[in-house]
Amino acid sequence: MAASGCRGVRSILWKYGSCGKSLCVSRSKTALQLPVRQICVSSSLWKKNLAAAGPEKFTQEFINKQVEEFEVGKRHLANMMGEDPETFTQEDIDRSIAYLFPSGLFDKRARPIMKHPEQIFPKQTAVQWDAEGRPFHFLFYTGKQSYYSLLHDLYEKILAIERHQAEMRNKGLYTTDTKQIVLTGSRWLLKEEMEEHLVENISDQDYMRLIQLMERLLSMPYCSLEEEFVLKFRRHLEVQSRKQEIPVIQYDPQGVAFSVADGRRKSAKASITLRDSGSGNVTINGKNYLHYFPVLQDREQLLFPLHFVGTLGRFDIEGSVEGSGHSAQAGALRLAISRALLSFVSEVEVEKMRQAGLLTADPRIKERKKPGQEGARRKFTWKKR
Amino acid sequence: MNLHKLASRLRPTVTQKFRHFHIQGSGQQLEAVVGETSSAEPSLLSVFRTSEQDPACHSERHTGQYYTIPPAHIQKLFPHGLPPRFQLQVKTFNEGCVMVRPPALELISYLKRVDYSKPPLRYILYGDTGSGKTLSLCHALHYCYTQGWLILHIPDAHLWVKNCKELLPSSSRPSRFDQPIQASQWLKNFKITNERFLSKIKTTQRYVWTKRESTEEGRPLGELVDQGVNRMKSSSDVVGAVLRELRLQAGGATDGEGAFKLAVAVDGVNALWGKTTLKKEDKTMCEPEELTLIHNLRKMMKNDWSGGAILTALSQTGSLFKPRSAYLPNELLGEEGFDNMEPFVPVSVPNYSEKEFESCYLYYLDRNWLQHPHSRSEEGKKELIFLSNKNPSILERLCAFL
Repeated sequence: MAASGCRGVRSILWKYGSCGKSLCVSRSKTALQLPVRQICVSSSLWKKNLAAAGPEKFTQEFINKQVEEFEVGKRHLANMMGEDPETFTQEDIDRSIAYLFPSGLFDKRARPIMKHPEQIFPKQTAVQWDAEGRPFHFLFYTGKQSYYSLLHDLYEKILAIERHQAEMRNKGLYTTDTKQIVLTGSRWLLKEEMEEHLVENISDQDYMRLIQLMERLLSMPYCSLEEEFVLKFRRHLEVQSRKQEIPVIQYDPQGVAFSVADGRRKSAKASITLRDSGSGNVTINGKNYLHYFPVLQDREQLLFPLHFVGTLGRFDIEGSVEGSGHSAQAGALRLAISRALLSFVSEVEVEKMRQAGLLTADPRIKERKKPGQEGARRKFTWKKR
Repeated sequence: MNLHKLASRLRPTVTQKFRHFHIQGSGQQLEAVVGETSSAEPSLLSVFRTSEQDPACHSERHTGQYYTIPPAHIQKLFPHGLPPRFQLQVKTFNEGCVMVRPPALELISYLKRVDYSKPPLRYILYGDTGSGKTLSLCHALHYCYTQGWLILHIPDAHLWVKNCKELLPSSSRPSRFDQPIQASQWLKNFKITNERFLSKIKTTQRYVWTKRESTEEGRPLGELVDQGVNRMKSSSDVVGAVLRELRLQAGGATDGEGAFKLAVAVDGVNALWGKTTLKKEDKTMCEPEELTLIHNLRKMMKNDWSGGAILTALSQTGSLFKPRSAYLPNELLGEEGFDNMEPFVPVSVPNYSEKEFESCYLYYLDRNWLQHPHSRSEEGKKELIFLSNKNPSILERLCAFL
């Protein structure tokens, strides 16, 4: 139990980048096995040179062993946390690791992780040629064999569709209104994602060429024949506005509807009560907003959400704000007003507000001063001698 | 009632657009009639203008409407009296239009009803920064002028307690300080305003300025004023003398030539009791008491004379060492000032009401001051309301760049 436990611990603590133990498997062993194209299906977004990584560092057996260790470690972790090992998902793993190994590091990627080896070990290309030095793939000498083979396949499919079209024409069943592939709500794979899919580097022009070819495929009427193939290269986009939290409308004893919301900007915190009373009074920290914000720009910031939704004279605003300077306070109030307005406004308006940037918290904060420099960016005066 | 706005008689060009608006409130029946009539009943009115030019006849009916001060009056009465931004506006629009507002109407009604044989009442206009105190004061002064009073208008008392280049030790009294430039400037303007009184009023006492110069008893006031204008060194003392004369003679003869009512109008009266930024030669701070002009003005503020009125307005904008949020009399006047000014009649000057804002907006539209196309729409108007919170000066600055 202890041995398996510490093996589990070892697999838990296997961070990417700390694989200092490079397992060098001699080529002779791999040469005796059947030449199988081994490409591990795992993600490594930060490993640059996939194709020129050299001979493979991790054999398939090694990866398999890692996968076994991961599974065992997962069950141990589930036991440790007192949960059911059968239904232990990746989210549960992440939660447990964050609990057992709390880390104060800022960079999320530097913290302890326990993920499936497929996500940790980079995809590598296997050996591309046989014992006599003859390459397996016919496009090996292009240098980017997977990319060109993909283009080749695409073009094959285009030709197949054209042949199908010709057949339909011959039969007299040619129509242009066939079932089209639904492309809304999804986007093409990005260049980085494409590189990772093909396990080799491609240039911008190559990427554009690929997308053009895809578009050409999609422009043909009978493209629905290759629907699953195309959808492999599309990523689904989530509708952002569904994620918005809308504050609840409350009613005070007089029957006036009001909502409360908060906002932050830099180090200013603001809290707003928006009342639907019909006058346009604005009071901040007990003072009239004309006295609190003598600068026009700050008042314009307060004006923006109400003007955007078109309810300028309708709402009463009562706010309290503290911290930072006047501009940041105005920004915090603006965010709070927009959030409070969400509950009085329809869904379409919510989406519009989100696209206008009213609901996004401004992430900019004061940059840290670095040692050896006078400020965050300013260096000390450079003296030639 | 939906109404059309038509060209008023002061504008030669006809507006291209017609605006419809809904007027609430009783007693505002307006007809749109083309052509001018000079009858007492205002027959041609735009909604925001009134043809009633005489401040004496202004009443609640005209609240929110603009009336024009004749250019001759502006030149004579306000050589230095109007706020600088308003002067620019007068120059731009080629006419001096002032809005009739409740505080000014209140002041004028008091002035109409007071018994002038008693000591003068002190009126203090107070309110938020930029809410229209100075212009209300000017409106009341215009009324006094049309009634034939003698106007003693100090446009901004703060100018006398700060930024003084020359501070001379007084020639008459050793512990006091003179401000020749300010004094002579003020005397010049006083002369322009009260031309006709200068020959009528006579001095009651002999004033000796230097070894060789003196003004005899019984000389017209004009001579005294000229003395001050020409001889800068003694101008502050001349101011003191003028004030004393006027104080003595204000209520004087009820009939006859010498009768006149005195209107003392001081803007920024809180300067008299505040601190100064002037330094003496030995780098110590000057007290307001030590300045001749201020000392004499304080004497004026005391109501130990009769036959006039003291109209004052507070001002935070030019005040020294006072926080920006202070606008009440006791905050701005300080303890000393409050004790001195008590008892007084406070008149509060609020921001524009809905109707007044509407009127101001229409006036700017009429003068083609709002160039931006969006500002002419309803949405734009709401934005203006929000951004300025119906504060007159903020609205004016906002519209200046639209």
